[in-house]
Amino acid sequence: MLKHVLENGPARVGSMKISEAPYPQPFYMGLEYSTPARGMWNIAQTGFLMPQTHQIFVCAYGCLRGVVLTAAEMNSLGRFSAISIRENDIINGTIEQLMINGVSDVLSKISYKPRCVQIFITCQHFFLSYDHKSVFDRIRKEHPDIEFLDCYMIPAMRKSGISPDQRMRRQMTRVWKERTRCDSDKINLIGSNLPLSETAEIREWLAGNGIELKSIHDCKTFDEYTDMANAGLNIYCEPVSKAQADDLKKRLDMDSFYFTNSFDPDEIDATYARLADRLSIPAPDFSQLRMKAHEAMKRVKEVVGDTPVAIDYTLTTRIFSFAKMLVDYGINVSSICTDMVSGDDKAVFEELQKRCPDIDILATNQPESRFFAGEHERTENDDNGPRVLAVGQKAAYFFATDYFVNVAEGGGFLGYDGIIRLAELMTDAYINKKDRRKLIRIKGFGCESCL
Amino acid sequence: MKQTFALISTYSSDQFGICSALYELGGMVIIHDASGCNSTYTTHDEPRWYDMDSMVYISALSRNETILGRDSKLIEDILDTAGKYRPKFVAIVGAPVPYMIGTDYKAIAKLVEDKLGIPGFGFDSNGMQYYTRGMRDALKAVAERFAVERTESGEETGKEPIKVNLLGVTPLDFGMTGAVGSLKKWLAEHGMVCNSCYAMGCDIDEIAKAGNADISLVVSYGGTGAAKVLKERFGIPYVYGIPMNASEIAEKIGDRGGADGSKDIVIIGEQVYSLSLAEALKNLGIKARVLCQLDRVRDSKVNEEKIEFIYTPEEDDVIKETKEADLVIADPLYGPICGAGKLIELPHMAFSGRMFENDIPNLIGDGEQIYNRIMKEVKRSDEQKPTPGFAGET
Repeated sequence: MLKHVLENGPARVGSMKISEAPYPQPFYMGLEYSTPARGMWNIAQTGFLMPQTHQIFVCAYGCLRGVVLTAAEMNSLGRFSAISIRENDIINGTIEQLMINGVSDVLSKISYKPRCVQIFITCQHFFLSYDHKSVFDRIRKEHPDIEFLDCYMIPAMRKSGISPDQRMRRQMTRVWKERTRCDSDKINLIGSNLPLSETAEIREWLAGNGIELKSIHDCKTFDEYTDMANAGLNIYCEPVSKAQADDLKKRLDMDSFYFTNSFDPDEIDATYARLADRLSIPAPDFSQLRMKAHEAMKRVKEVVGDTPVAIDYTLTTRIFSFAKMLVDYGINVSSICTDMVSGDDKAVFEELQKRCPDIDILATNQPESRFFAGEHERTENDDNGPRVLAVGQKAAYFFATDYFVNVAEGGGFLGYDGIIRLAELMTDAYINKKDRRKLIRIKGFGCESCL
Repeated sequence: MKQTFALISTYSSDQFGICSALYELGGMVIIHDASGCNSTYTTHDEPRWYDMDSMVYISALSRNETILGRDSKLIEDILDTAGKYRPKFVAIVGAPVPYMIGTDYKAIAKLVEDKLGIPGFGFDSNGMQYYTRGMRDALKAVAERFAVERTESGEETGKEPIKVNLLGVTPLDFGMTGAVGSLKKWLAEHGMVCNSCYAMGCDIDEIAKAGNADISLVVSYGGTGAAKVLKERFGIPYVYGIPMNASEIAEKIGDRGGADGSKDIVIIGEQVYSLSLAEALKNLGIKARVLCQLDRVRDSKVNEEKIEFIYTPEEDDVIKETKEADLVIADPLYGPICGAGKLIELPHMAFSGRMFENDIPNLIGDGEQIYNRIMKEVKRSDEQKPTPGFAGET
């Protein structure tokens, strides 16, 4: 395998040992499989975080299907409309007029007047070179009292430039048009789909220094949301939000701070120290919390013993940092389900390659991945307790175990509080079975769902 | 105006109709598009994803591959994966982006077939048509390719049950309600037997023996393509319809004061299903009109009871036609148009996906008119067959 990888780059296989995995992309990108673990958010769900906002998707039925039912399942169909592209629009070049007329038609039919409308265009628009500017100019002219935001569902571009998720976050703060002041006692937490845990230590620390931490989840109105443009600093915790932070710096001169979601206590302390320096406030003393996190992880080891633990990338953006923490506590990390290694995790990934060369790296989207779960379903069961503890939905799916931590998108966890919370969830997951099928099928972990 | 859906959901698309129709047949299906189609299908339109292994993949088409027309990567990826798993067939399913650059799916399928010796299909779907069309094309293709001439031999006693092909059965129209079992039971109760079911609860071998049937029963628009092929290739006649017991729906109508036929009742849904329901309600003295946003059969045989049928492709058409109606029998996601007060919920997976999958009723039953149609058509077919030994006699 190693010879193959060195000679040919990413391999056409579904799994390999970590010691053989090339950085940053272990697997060849060919035909792709999709698991039924649906905890990761999509762009429609992210867009719905904006208050008083309606969505209009302009696309083919096939592209529409996933997002219209996303909206319906989260009981938000009343905030969603669609304009369907048909062959005649492609052939006759009528897509611009279709959009202009369609938006007016939608606005005349829905039961409320939104403050903002997100208009989603798709890959088809891109390849048609449609006249974006004239469409939006006309729509804005016809509906001057509504903010129109161009949004993008363009998966064909996901391997070039910024990804659709990055672009969505960037666009969502494009409605922040200007800064009328700079509130140095206010900080935004931007780019996270889930609200930060109420128990996160960063909240109390900032509040103790007279600083308010605010995110989109706190905003009830569109005005309240746009007023976030006046905050003194933007903090983001996920690399996917960097384009958004950079855009805010470029357009509104808003500074940003990347609070990496590390599981390494030294890195957490260092991040807090840098943030304190940036804010000109005293660095926090989280030594007691650090000890509490240490005790919580020791407790996990006591409970799970040598049971194999499988984890996946949908849990956190720093999955290898998380794996290293588990390894540091003697926990038997058997498998990491991921298709990529992030830049933040490069050093810990390389460390794990040396320390634990036999950890399996499982691809989540390879053709072979289709059969992982079935193999476990058919040959194994959890009748005698957990044969594997899964942390994350995809790991639970692939290993067909009901003993799992049901968290995705970081769970709103950060810092030491995040470690403690995850440790508690792991301990609980080892003891208490969950209804895997029922839980992981819900789209967007933390979203409202009718299922 | 046309093409806007301000208030309601939209139906599943042609790619997913193809995937659903081929799901159980042991093939490898590749949707040729960027991303998202695969997860959409597996999340909303494929209730078998958990319990039945099937190879449905996406090609993960990128911007550069599109601009450069780089089919070679797709071909290489298919050859690699299909060569490894040796599926019964390979199906390449079109989607919006490759449609715009005129990708030749059939040529790619032929190339794959020539290289691997595995039957290949290329489908010109584009995501801009409904699932009904995709299902029709997929079932038509497998009937063309796999169905073989009558294979049974031996003396006929004249007492063999009538062999029936069930055409157009997928979860998109029937959910996971046990409809296939009920249809087979209904056939058995009427002295018939299911010869081949396109395409739930069957495999490619069962698809192949469709040529053995005496008649085909088309239970959805998706079965129409296969029906025509089997008629042309083997002379197998076909009729439309689903044997239905509408008492459950009639009871709900009765609860709203509509049992006496005084209400204007509308059914919205797939054509064959809705007409069959209207026919079953008519037998109970309840008159209903049918609205259909989807592809429809333009064949008088599909509506022998002369139910009022209105093609309503646009949301505005549905709004107009339901405005004056007293009761609307439709998927719950039509609620925003007709109001909860008028709505009698009849979930349809092709419209609302998995949202109400546990509430989809299994209405199979009764169906005397359909039985009569089958018998009439079989008799007519028998009469038209040449007398054995006559042809070519000198």
